[in-house]
Amino acid sequence: MAELVTLTIDGQEVSVPRGTTILEAAKKIGKQVPHYCYHPGMSSPAMCRLCLVEVEGAPKSMPSCVTTVMEDQIVHTESKQAVGNREGVLEFYLVNHPLDCPICDMSGECDLQDYVHAEGRAHGRSEEPKRVFGRDDFGGDVLFYGDRCVMCTRCVRFMNEVEQDQRLTVVERGNRSVIDTFFEEGLEGTHWHGNIVDICPVGALVSKEFLYKARAWDLEHTPSICPSCSQGCNIELHTRDNLIQRMKPRENLEVNGWWMCDYGRHNHEWMNRGIQLEDPLVRTLDGATGPVKWRDALDQLLQHVGVIGEGRVKAVATPFASNEDLGALAELVGALGGGDMVYRSVRSEEEIVLKGFPTLARRKDLAPNTSGAELIGFTRVGDDEATGGLEDIATHDGIVIIMGDELSDQAEDFGREAGLFVYLGDRQSPAASNAHFVFPLTTFAEQEGSFTNIARRVQRFSPALEPPGMARPGWLILGALAAELNNGDAPRTAAEAFSGLASQIEAFAGLTYQDIGIRGAVLNETFVLSEC
Amino acid sequence: MAYPYVSDVEVRVISKYFGDPAHRRIDTYVERGGYKALEKALTLEPDGVTDEIKASGLRGRGGAGFPTGIKWSFMPKEPTRPHYLLCNADESEPGTFKDRELMRWDPHQLIEGCLIGAYAIRAQHVYIYCRGEFFEVNQILARAVEDAYMKGYAGEDILGTGTTIDITIHQGAGAYICGEETGLMSSLEGDRGEPRVKPPFPAAVGVFGMPSTINNVETLAAVPHIVLNGGEWYRQWGTEKSPGTKLFCVSGHVRKPGNYELPLGFPLIDLIENVCGGIRDGNQLKAVIPGGSSVPLINAEDARKCELDYEGCVEVGTMLGCASVIVMDHKADIVKQIRRMVDFYAHESCGQCTPCREGSAWTARILRRIEEGQGTEEDLDTLMGMTEQMVGTTICVLSDSVAAPVQSSINKFRGDYLELIRRGEQAGVA
Repeated sequence: MAELVTLTIDGQEVSVPRGTTILEAAKKIGKQVPHYCYHPGMSSPAMCRLCLVEVEGAPKSMPSCVTTVMEDQIVHTESKQAVGNREGVLEFYLVNHPLDCPICDMSGECDLQDYVHAEGRAHGRSEEPKRVFGRDDFGGDVLFYGDRCVMCTRCVRFMNEVEQDQRLTVVERGNRSVIDTFFEEGLEGTHWHGNIVDICPVGALVSKEFLYKARAWDLEHTPSICPSCSQGCNIELHTRDNLIQRMKPRENLEVNGWWMCDYGRHNHEWMNRGIQLEDPLVRTLDGATGPVKWRDALDQLLQHVGVIGEGRVKAVATPFASNEDLGALAELVGALGGGDMVYRSVRSEEEIVLKGFPTLARRKDLAPNTSGAELIGFTRVGDDEATGGLEDIATHDGIVIIMGDELSDQAEDFGREAGLFVYLGDRQSPAASNAHFVFPLTTFAEQEGSFTNIARRVQRFSPALEPPGMARPGWLILGALAAELNNGDAPRTAAEAFSGLASQIEAFAGLTYQDIGIRGAVLNETFVLSEC
Repeated sequence: MAYPYVSDVEVRVISKYFGDPAHRRIDTYVERGGYKALEKALTLEPDGVTDEIKASGLRGRGGAGFPTGIKWSFMPKEPTRPHYLLCNADESEPGTFKDRELMRWDPHQLIEGCLIGAYAIRAQHVYIYCRGEFFEVNQILARAVEDAYMKGYAGEDILGTGTTIDITIHQGAGAYICGEETGLMSSLEGDRGEPRVKPPFPAAVGVFGMPSTINNVETLAAVPHIVLNGGEWYRQWGTEKSPGTKLFCVSGHVRKPGNYELPLGFPLIDLIENVCGGIRDGNQLKAVIPGGSSVPLINAEDARKCELDYEGCVEVGTMLGCASVIVMDHKADIVKQIRRMVDFYAHESCGQCTPCREGSAWTARILRRIEEGQGTEEDLDTLMGMTEQMVGTTICVLSDSVAAPVQSSINKFRGDYLELIRRGEQAGVA
């Protein structure tokens, strides 16, 4: 533990480790000193001059983002000097800012807008014509509106220090300074450049994909976990009209810092796809399938089980399923007399590490819950394309349960021999045409649950979208079936489903939703980044 | 008459050989007693050299006037990492032309000063950051450095004492801001010439992240004379707090503009009236900028009271800066002059700090509007108010340099502004 330094900020005493900046110390007591160029994940050039605060005894205002605390220092962030300075700097920002908020993507979540509203002059004094830079395509997903730029250089520093692939720089000087790319390709081919849109405090850098899609104030933010690899980046799903509009990283220093990769960021179109299974389908004696009510579907399934008897279950699950779903499936397989449980997942050839934050990478394993599946007792089959490995199951004549795996590589006669074939998924699959029961499941975006990431960290996500039709989370359906078979209680909430899992699987023992919280909890002491 | 103009009252210590091309040659320089100070310095302890400079009271000639000896003593005494001495030869302040002449006529004096300075701060490498536009100077310096190496005054095992000091000349690429010490370091490292936040100060973390000291050309040029003759000898000129001699670059409406080396504390009016032969065409003195374009300008009344040393200039509300005296007679258009200066600063702002980046360009636009007869009286209040926000709010002092001429000219010559504004209003009505 570093030595503590006690200082006074706006009349409030605060103790922080030596070396802490005034800005971070002020955060501790809930004081947000306005700033642009400072970002906790990067070096600070102290050039936006917005975070200047009054330090008693100092000859002039000090940049709080680089000035470290001193014992008995007295700092004022709300004094006449500090507020006057911010008012002055904000006026300078507006000298050339186009104030095109009505057509700016950042409007509503813009730091310039917020700060000027809070502390800027009611009327700017500048009457001069503004300088014009226009718009530039930076390549990748990034569009640059030069006129809106406040020259904080966060984007330049992100590419230099965090991604460590120097693609951006400041050219020219004075108020002709502008951010630019070096070569024709710009940001094309980099893997983390979406983050510069997030850290841009104004609407200078915007996402082409999100451009003009939604106003910030119309978006609902739901905390979630990125499902695109086993890193488990903490994210927010931004939704409007029951559609995911974009994904943004959510700060978690243990997992992803402030960042997420472009692959994950843009991999959300599938969550919005319209054609999903909406009703439980049951095959009648004549071979046709038709929609039924959940209660009837489950009753018929239980009758079917009673007829063919227990035992010889073969289950295939997707590692995109939550811990709760996988746990409920495992419990059901147990209740049916046990059997084989396997999963298949796609692996990419290499990890894409974020050099400036090396614990973060786009992992080889492109599913969010492979660790969970392994811990719950599923074994990996198939190849790196998530194909093959189901030969036994395709011709199995006992009970076959498929959860989430779309069987896209399987032949049409898959499961034709099965005594009971249950398919649970969020969309219909041709290979599931032989299923006796087809149950619609919600996606991770439509349900509450948790994933276990590559470092065995269990992290919760919340539902952002309304489930389509009668689709339900896997744990609810499978849990109800298992409860009927075991004469137990069916889980009513995801938390209860997780408790059920924790009571069954040693690795999760003792953990509850409360423990996991919004930051997640690591399963055991050994924090090993496994190869899975 | 020698080098453009000379005066009897001059005390020519560092400018003694101005106008004599022969002095550029190392043989001539050595014949005339050159490199004796280096020999002497190498027999002393490094701290002994620093003490002598401290005793002389020599103050930085680049503008800030910080005591040189004290600056040197900030360097670590037992080097664990390389130390660097940087010579700031990026002379770009409008109105200043002393370093160019020092390097043109007496390159070895500077090189000797650099070597002594490097020895005193335990540096093994000197960078002379020379303004890129000084083509001739760069050639002369390069030749002189080569000669110094050939004769064993620089490089390995200097004069058989085992001391190694290398000298590298670096040519700037034409940015005023690279004359700011940390901007110079950024530029030297190959980055954009952008000043850095202090602390850390250069003596702790300087160029390439190593302890560094940076001195102006004129400062280092005085060093050999002080080392050779002693600190007390140097104090025979100047005042208690501002000892020694100083080059004054006089430009503007005087009969004999040029470089004059005078003891500090010399009366400004004496410099204008006597040394420089008075105002051109018998005109009246209107305003003086005594320290280069970044210091406040003063009117004739204050100019008559002003003594040219660091304290004397502060007394009349301005600064000595680098002693670039710009004289304006009653025919000078103050608004135009100020607008030109601000244009310069707006062009040269590095663009990091918001008040400077936006403020300097904004100021320039308002001034141009006033100059073109489109101004209003409110513009003057705006100028005063916004330049207030540019003082002390930025990483370096370029922003303050914009505010100084604007504020001082509005304070002292408000009438000139108002006349332009009225003339414009009348033209508009007509």
